[in-house]
This record gives sequence, structure tokens and C-alpha cells, in this order.
Amino acid sequence: MNTRTRPIVLLGSLASLLVGLSSCNKKAEGDGNTIVIGEVAAMTGGTATFGTSSHAGTQMAIDEINAAGGVLGKQITLVTEDDQSKQGEAGTVAKKLVSREKVIAMLGEVASGRSLEMAPICQKAGIPMISPASTNPGVTATGDYIFRVCFIDPFQGTVMAKFALSKGWKNVAILTDAKQDYSVGLTKYFKEHFVKNGGTVSGEQSYGSSDKDFKAQLTSLKAGNPEAILASGYYGETSLIAKQARELGITVPLLGGDGWDSPALVEVAGSAIEGCFFSNHYSSEDQSPRIQEFVKKYQAKHNAVPDAMAALGYDSALILCDAIKRAGTTEGKALRDAIAATKDFDGVTGRITLDAQRDANKPAVVLTIKDGKYSYVTTIAP
Amino acid sequence: MDQFLQQILNGLFLGSIYALIALGYTMVYGVLRFINFAHGDVFMLGAFGGLLLHKALAPMLGGLHWSVTLVVVLLLSMAVCAVFGIGVEFLAYRPLRQRPRLNVLITAIGVSLFIEYTGQHPKVFGATPQSFPAIIPSQNLSGLGSLTVTNTQLIVLVTAIALMVGLRFIVMHTRLGLAMRALSLNPTAAALMGVNNSIIISFTFGLGSALAAAGGILYASLYPSIDPFMGVLPGLKAFVAAVLGGIGNIPGAALGGLIIGVTETLVAGYSQEFGIPSGYRDGVAFVILILILLFKPSGLLGKVEREKV
Repeated sequence: MNTRTRPIVLLGSLASLLVGLSSCNKKAEGDGNTIVIGEVAAMTGGTATFGTSSHAGTQMAIDEINAAGGVLGKQITLVTEDDQSKQGEAGTVAKKLVSREKVIAMLGEVASGRSLEMAPICQKAGIPMISPASTNPGVTATGDYIFRVCFIDPFQGTVMAKFALSKGWKNVAILTDAKQDYSVGLTKYFKEHFVKNGGTVSGEQSYGSSDKDFKAQLTSLKAGNPEAILASGYYGETSLIAKQARELGITVPLLGGDGWDSPALVEVAGSAIEGCFFSNHYSSEDQSPRIQEFVKKYQAKHNAVPDAMAALGYDSALILCDAIKRAGTTEGKALRDAIAATKDFDGVTGRITLDAQRDANKPAVVLTIKDGKYSYVTTIAP
Repeated sequence: MDQFLQQILNGLFLGSIYALIALGYTMVYGVLRFINFAHGDVFMLGAFGGLLLHKALAPMLGGLHWSVTLVVVLLLSMAVCAVFGIGVEFLAYRPLRQRPRLNVLITAIGVSLFIEYTGQHPKVFGATPQSFPAIIPSQNLSGLGSLTVTNTQLIVLVTAIALMVGLRFIVMHTRLGLAMRALSLNPTAAALMGVNNSIIISFTFGLGSALAAAGGILYASLYPSIDPFMGVLPGLKAFVAAVLGGIGNIPGAALGGLIIGVTETLVAGYSQEFGIPSGYRDGVAFVILILILLFKPSGLLGKVEREKV
């Protein structure tokens, strides 16, 4: 009996050791001298660079505000929970932040599907939530406590459709991630605008997040001889799509949205993604002093050029703190009203005014990938 | 027509990897009558082994031809995973050998989850997908008209076939293989004839894990983005492939893998024309599983060939 159980005991103790390692999360001290803000981010998993970037931007803003004396005479504590890029997990950790950490406001998520899980929880608890980068219109439609500091997919889809038409491409194929609300929405609005303005969709295919093989879909799309392919999913799958498209001899450019924005895109896809286009919230090449100051500060801290998620995370935290200051309290209703009243806020990603639908109206930039780096192409206004 | 042929080709390359993983399932089942559900995770460990070995050995192998690098990384990772597979059998399955088979099956699921979530820990591999180095410099082969095949795909197919032939040789023409077959027919009788069952079982696990590791590296060469959960779906599909071919039957597993690969690709490629999203491709393997269990539970080759392993 003894010799028989030993290996299992060994495995068991190893397992408990690992659990012990991962559970040393930072606890927020909920005393009267700090304001606790919750953040849900995908720090690991399929869209990990979204979370790490937006968190880095958010944390940088909070640190700056704390260094300048905080708000309402109190320091701000940011409690971050990782949802592992998983559908289902975002709602769980959001509930935990609301009930256990007693956060007064919530920042996050980047991915629309996961923001849609958090939104009803925050709405029900009467806690304002600001999503830095979820572009699906459904997110803020959840209720009057849900805001975002980015543009929405009806606009973003239109941007890429306008861009394709301006390039003279009349015949575009579409590849959608059927499991992501973001991708489905982007495809829908792209198609609407594109077809209405004289374009034709030569073929439409879909896949599911974390798929690795896209050759079957791409082979079908290739048969329609498109002039460009809209790949509306996130960067992880897109980089493999780009690679496999080139292997199948598809040379036309791919088009995408802000979900492409990640250093991992170029890292995995390499030369396959060269010359492709995507719409984004800002360009780090923009020479305006506000952006260059942010890029310099971020680079000094993280030794990397901030992507759009970092910039939006930064803006979302600044807008929240600005609203707390104006409200003079952290009480839910007053804070909500203060956020809703945000007007002409000078953010890194542009001048932010929240409209009646609690969305930010901002122009989008179109970027291309050139020699492994993003390069600014054009700005398209709403 | 070209498009159809291209889809068949795509499916064959994918299927050859499923076949390689399915062999491990089928071999362990043949010898022990139990499904090692952690097999897909050994496949994942093989890919990560390849990544880490490539990183560690890059300075040494830098000047050599890429084929040397491929062979070295492949063999080393296979060896590491063979040792790992033997270790898992020794720690988790051997203590349960005399217990009901269900106990081992559930343990296998536990081992699978344990490996996946341990791999997700930032200090192990981390949950973030990592890019797999292009060991084989990719280029398109010419002379096929409008069909496109990269040399990576061809090398993957050739390697997979070579490994399957090698396995066939070990099972049919060596004393170890003879012992494996004897064990699969009747463990007690095999033991009475002087076969050391424990060693043969360890060997079977080692062999199966080595094939899974090779599958992992080949898969990662085709789809260069690897994460701790990459083995789950290919593992399940390979399991279906093994059942389809007749579990316990080696040529059956290879055939099953190819059929699953081709069917899945054809569904993904053409389903949209019938209004079915191509996301249903993953369901196809399981529909096949249900049909096989309903109409031919022994699998396609389950009854025809007698030399089970």
C-alpha cells in the first residue's frame, strides 16, 4: 500500500506546490486612504499582448496620478485580474472584483466578447465600467454604466471598406473568426458598406479562435481571385492565416482591424504580413507632442513602442480619474454621470468626447506593415 | 478541379500528423487495453521540447545544414518525451495496473489536465502562444501547375511515413515487437513464455510518446504557433482516427488519420457553399466517431488484420 501510494502523493504535493505559487496575488487594502479600481485583462492566453499592453498603459497612468498626489487626496490602487483570454473567465473575475475587492470602477476588457460578459455584472452592481478597446457596439448598449474610449465596429468596418474602395479593390474575400463577437461585427459592417458602394464579396469563410489550419478556407477563397482578403480576427490566427495564404500562392494584401495590433503579429507571420493593411486607434509615428511624450515615457519604462492597446489603456485610466475628480466622490451614480459628461478630453488616442451611446467618436488611422514595422498610411474620419 | 486537388493535398498533410498521433493511442491500447488520454499532451511537450532544444542548440548547430538541425532536434525531443512517457506510466498508471480499467482511464484524464495546466504556469511554458522557429526554410515547390505544396509539407509527410514504416518494422520484425504482440494477445501467457511485461509496457509507452513528440514538432513546423493546449484537439481527433481505423490496429490508425484529415479539410473548404459555417470542421471528426461506434464498432480494419499490437 505504501509503495503504491507514494508516486501519487508525490504528484499531489507537486500540484499543491504549483497552486501555492500561483495564488500569491496582490491584495488591495480597502482602507479609507485608497481608492480601489478593478481591471480585467487578458494577461495570458491567445490574446495575451492585448492584456499586457493595456495593463502597462493603465498602470502607467495610475502611477503618474499617484505620483502627482492621487485624486480626492487619496492614492489609487489598481487590482488586476487575468482572464486568460478565455470566454467565461472574464465574467468570473469581474464578479470577484466587484464582490470581494469592492472596486469603485472597472477598467477592461480589450476583447469585445469578454467585455460583453463583464458589462452586465458592472451594470447590475452600479459600478461604472470603461472598456479601453472593445469595439463591438453591443458592449456599451448593455447599460448606462458602460463606457468605452475607442471607436466602434460600424465605423471601423466602414473605414476598411472605404480604404479598400479607395485603393480600387472591387472584389474582396472575407475570412471571419466565428467565435469572436468582434470579428463577426467587423465583417458585418465591412460587408454592408463595401457592397452598398459597389464592391463585391468574392467569397466568405469562417474559422474558430485557436484554429491552426486555414488552408482549406484559403484554398476556397483563392478560387474567387480576390484583390484583397479581409481577415477580421485577432492577431494570433491572422499571423498563421498570412503565412498559409502566402504558402498557397495568395499574394494579395490582407485587411484587418485593430485586433491585429500586437508585436506577435509580425513575430510569427514575418515577411508574410508585409504590405497588409489594418485600421488602428493611433499611430506611434504621429508627431503630435502629446503622442510623442507618451511614446517616450512608455519606452523608457517598457523598452518597447506602445501599441494602440497601451495608449487606450492609458486614456481609459486618465478619463476615469478625471471623472472621479470632477464628481468629487467615488459613489457609483455620481461617478457615472461625471464619466458621461466627459467632453474634449485630450487623450493620447485623440480628443475624446463620450456621446449619448457612451462611445468615443474618433478618427481611425490605417497602418501597413513595412520591413517588420507599422507604417502610417492615412487617417479616416467618422 | 485544381481547387479540389489542392484541398485533398491540404487534407493529406494534416492527416499524416493525425496518423502519427493516432499510432501512439492505438499501440498503448493494443498492449494495455486502455486509452492514454495524456497522449495529446505529450504531443504538446514534443513541440515545446523542439522549441527549447532548438534555442539551446542553435549556437552549436548554427553553421550546419538545416536538415542536420531538424534530425538532431527531432531525435532529442523524441528521446526526452519517451523518457517522460515512461515516467508517467511508472508514476501514474503502473500503480493502478491491477485495478479496474476505469481507474486508469480517469487517471489518464487527470494526468492530461495536470500537464496542460502545469505547462500554462509562467515559470514552465506560459499560456501565451509562442512562435515556433522555422527549422525547415519554407519555399514553394515548383512544377505542380496551380497546385501549391511547400517543402515543409513534403518533409513533414516524408518524415511521418518514415516513422510509421519504422514503427511497423519494430513491431513486426524485432524481438521487442514480438513480445509486444504476445503481450497484446494474452499478458499471462506472455509472462509464462518469459516476456517481462513491465519492460515491454514501458517500451510501448516510450515508443508511443516518441511518435507523439515527432508529431508535435512536425505539426509546429506546419503551424508555427504553439501553446500548452495545442495538443487537446489534435489529440482528440487522433483518438477518433484510431477508433475509425480499428483501435489496436496500426495500419488502421494511419488510415484513420488520413481519412479524418481529408474529410475535415473538405468540410472546411466546401461547407460554406451549403450554408454551413466552416467552423463545423471540428465537429466532423466526432460525427464520424458516432457513426463508427453505431455501425462498425471494430473500426475499418479492426477485423481484417489479426496482428494487433
